[in-house]
Amino acid sequence: MNAVLLSVLVVPALGILAVGAGAWTGNRRLGAVLGTVFAGVGLFAAIALAADHSGAPWSRLTWEWVPQLGLDFDIGVDGVSYPLVLLSAFLTFLCCLYTVWKGAPGGREDQLIALLLATNLGMLGVFLSFNLVLFFVFFEIVLLPMFAIIAGWGGPARRHASVKFALYTLMGSLLLLVGIFVIVTQAGTGDIIELTASGGGGLSRGTQLLAFTLLAVGLAIKAPLWPLHSWLPDAHTEAPTVGSVILAGVLLKLGTYGLIRVAVGVAPEGAEQAAPTLAVLAVVAIIAAGLICLAQTELKRLIAYSSVGHMGFVLLGIATLTEAGLTAALIGNVAHGLITGLLFFLAGSVKDRAHTGELARLGGLREVAPGLSGLLGFAAIASLGLPGLAGFWGEAFAVYAAVQRDQTLWTVLAVVAAIGAALAAAYLLRMLRLVTHGPPGEAVAAMSGTRLRAVEVTSFVPLAVGVLAVGLLPFIVQAPIGAAVSGILQAISR
Amino acid sequence: MSRVAWALALPIIPAVAALAGFLVPLKARKAAAAVGTAGSAGAAVVLFANLRLGLPELPEIEASSLDGPVLVRFGDVAVTLSAGLSQLTWWVAAIVVLVALLVQVFSVGYLLKDDERYAPYAAQISLFTAAMLLVVVSDDLILLLIGWEVMGACSYLLIGHDRRLPEAPGAAVKAFLVTRVGDVGFLLGILVLGFNAGGFRYGDIAAFMTESTATTVFTVTALLIMLGAIGKSAQFPLHTWLPDAMAGPTPISALIHAATMVAAGAYVLVRLSDLLVKGDVRIVLAVVAMISMVLSALAALASDDIKRVLAWSTVSQVAYMMAAVSVGATATAIFHLVCHGLFKALLFLGAGAVIHMAGTNSMSAMGGLRKGAPVTFWTMTIGFAALIGLPPLAGFFSKEHVLSAVYDSPDGAALFVVGLVTALLTAAYATRAWLRTFFGKTRTEGLRAHDPNPWMLWPLVVLALPTVLFGLFAGLTPLLHGDTHPTAMGLTMTAVAVGIGLSFGIWRGDKAADPARTLGPLRTVFASGFHLDAVQNTLVVRPVLVLARVARRVDLSVVDGAAEGTGRGVGGIGRLVALGHRAGMPRQVVSVLAGALVIAAAAVVMGVWG
Repeated sequence: MNAVLLSVLVVPALGILAVGAGAWTGNRRLGAVLGTVFAGVGLFAAIALAADHSGAPWSRLTWEWVPQLGLDFDIGVDGVSYPLVLLSAFLTFLCCLYTVWKGAPGGREDQLIALLLATNLGMLGVFLSFNLVLFFVFFEIVLLPMFAIIAGWGGPARRHASVKFALYTLMGSLLLLVGIFVIVTQAGTGDIIELTASGGGGLSRGTQLLAFTLLAVGLAIKAPLWPLHSWLPDAHTEAPTVGSVILAGVLLKLGTYGLIRVAVGVAPEGAEQAAPTLAVLAVVAIIAAGLICLAQTELKRLIAYSSVGHMGFVLLGIATLTEAGLTAALIGNVAHGLITGLLFFLAGSVKDRAHTGELARLGGLREVAPGLSGLLGFAAIASLGLPGLAGFWGEAFAVYAAVQRDQTLWTVLAVVAAIGAALAAAYLLRMLRLVTHGPPGEAVAAMSGTRLRAVEVTSFVPLAVGVLAVGLLPFIVQAPIGAAVSGILQAISR
Repeated sequence: MSRVAWALALPIIPAVAALAGFLVPLKARKAAAAVGTAGSAGAAVVLFANLRLGLPELPEIEASSLDGPVLVRFGDVAVTLSAGLSQLTWWVAAIVVLVALLVQVFSVGYLLKDDERYAPYAAQISLFTAAMLLVVVSDDLILLLIGWEVMGACSYLLIGHDRRLPEAPGAAVKAFLVTRVGDVGFLLGILVLGFNAGGFRYGDIAAFMTESTATTVFTVTALLIMLGAIGKSAQFPLHTWLPDAMAGPTPISALIHAATMVAAGAYVLVRLSDLLVKGDVRIVLAVVAMISMVLSALAALASDDIKRVLAWSTVSQVAYMMAAVSVGATATAIFHLVCHGLFKALLFLGAGAVIHMAGTNSMSAMGGLRKGAPVTFWTMTIGFAALIGLPPLAGFFSKEHVLSAVYDSPDGAALFVVGLVTALLTAAYATRAWLRTFFGKTRTEGLRAHDPNPWMLWPLVVLALPTVLFGLFAGLTPLLHGDTHPTAMGLTMTAVAVGIGLSFGIWRGDKAADPARTLGPLRTVFASGFHLDAVQNTLVVRPVLVLARVARRVDLSVVDGAAEGTGRGVGGIGRLVALGHRAGMPRQVVSVLAGALVIAAAAVVMGVWG
């Protein structure tokens, strides 16, 4: 089992080397193809992780590294991380496939694929880390390749967007680092599992609150939590399609996953004290994002802001600190990854053809490109949380978890969040009306190649199937999570 | 197969047909039509197979035989695939399947020839059918919610289907959003109930109701769930989406108005009627029903668009079902639901045939269509007569039972009077529509009446038969509960006669003019639905949009402005510091020496003090 665990990280690294070898021998195309193959192998390795899920955690691998810093190479997988490991490997593979098949704006596909693999390596590392310092190391690894993807393949304002992304999230990382070392120095260990089991390594309430606040603010920037979200719309709007897909699909989950695993897991008493604040901000995010989307005029920006709202539901679920809430948050993570990944792919296809994302210049897509329009409709309806599709479970049961707290504040939050879900319907239907209905807009009328290409079908359909599968059979995500979340909450008495 | 599996097969078959239909290429319209029809036909077969299981007469409250496998678990609460049918709910499923099947067939004649997007259209009807059937068979409220909202999405897709109508996309969005407002309440109601009851099955909720004495929870959840039902069933004040939904193709109107969507709200309230009693909120439902029935009947009286007349009549007739639920006559509510489903489907499909020949929805451009179109005329006549409630048609029996139940109810006096007034108005507007469409002289040059093609014709005939006969045989079903009250019946028949007489009398005065002219200035008020659309715009839509623009501006200038400002500020400080460091060689040397001096001085001082 440990070999599989290790291979999940090693395979993307080998992929990067393969791309490098391709470039060295002058055969960049071969490098790109090999990189994609390695991404595929990595997906298989991720799937194989679930072969033995009897233990708690399922598997674990520990090597001492720099004990003076509390840093061990300590990786493992359990029900909390597995769905995200799979999501990360899955989306990376689709993005590599999309890039190698379709080409990238400005060429250099092999480099882009190497960067995607590097991002994936970092993200997988975050999800697999059982050591606080190692978690931080991987957390930082993600930043650079993503910066390079935006800066290298982005839109016209890519410089500003990529620098803003890097600096903003770097600030979060600094807070995170301080928070981590507060814990490591006080508790004398960086072992997340041990710290969780002991309810925070015996740290006092005050220290836990300090640590949780530092960790939560650092992670909230990544998630992003209102009002720390403003790097996201710029980054998304400028990033190339695959960059947006990975950014929305997986990168944001580093924040929410970190909140569950690290912030709540390691400083449970701090989490208890800060939970109401977190929940209020999450609900403000839901409403604010909904309203902003309603007045949004650009397609990718709109989807980016909608992410803020959706992650608001995930954060609300986490803030309830109940089993139902954390389960909802984890399902919400996966659902958002699939749905928003699909939405960004589709937005990319629309922009590729119409050469604009301005809603005012689009319109009538269903007359010109029925296939693309149909998929966009499906993704939008999934995104508004229609029951029976993936988005519903996480959002409805985040609200349920708030109801379950059975206190005035939480009930009010549940009601406001539910209203936010209606707002989501409003802005997504407005978007559909402007993009797909009516007579063709000038940019749509001038579109060439209206049929879906084979590469598009191949990359979009697996996501659509995933959205449908998680929606109709939510236990496929919930079953692996199972009782793992109760382990995280065991220190919280309720 | 267990009862649960048989019940679930009912929605699953059309759902599979929908999925297959979405994959059919756009060009293969006939194949798409075949798939859609096969889905409904398959559901019909399963429907009869379910009968062989020996269904209980009424829905069981706590029946473990309905428990299905767990779909998902959140902490200590689970969502289960629980489902089942009783004889009562079987009839609801039956009307859904019948109408869906006929709508699929009718659509072949109505749309297939010149609609490029027929394939997704047929698939969406299948999905719509599946969703409503899921609502009917679900024993778990979250499962029900899936059908409930998928239906909303389908209505959105289908109302926006017609590309030639510029108002269609807006009407589609409105239909989804207005019902979604109700659904906020519905979801919250279900979640609060589920939390308190420890599960979402009807049985869990019933057990909770017998155990608990906390009335606030019941009142709040009953009101919340009622809000959802009011939205779905297009009752005041969430009815505004329904008249606009007429932008959808006419067969879709038949589907939405007769068997699905609007019926779902009444159906759910029937299933949760004990909650309404326990929460003591039936009076609220009665008030909503009273306002809805009169308001919409008046609107129907003034509308010129034949589909709008029928749309408003739906609001009014569903209000009768709500009235029945509010006095506890749940089986009677279902009885009216089924009868209304028959005659309203007939009327809408008939209206489709009329619109097909007239080329317009406007009754001002019709008239005299009875000659040359005998089947359309006679089937529509049966439909209108059933809507009015003339004996011995199905609508007569169900309406009499509703009004008798209200009459017998101890606090039903006001409701009964309003019901009578509505019966009068219904007779008046139905007579007016019938006369304006089929009698007098044709008001459009060269308009020749003709019966439609067989695809459209036979569904009319198939629906006309049970519209005539179902009431007579309703005694064989569990739908017919209680007796009709002679006084109630006498009063109703009088009201109906007055309504017909008024309309007919005014019409005879001038057969070319609209009897609604006698309403004078009130006519435009009625026709606009009492300007409630404008009220809704001013109170809800515009403030939200203003808020949205403000939120966007604040986000850009304040939230993002702070971040960008910090960035610029730090950059500025950096440049200042850099400026200080940009100096010539001599000054550099001086600075270095000065620095060395300071350090040396500090060392000396610290040496002395340390």
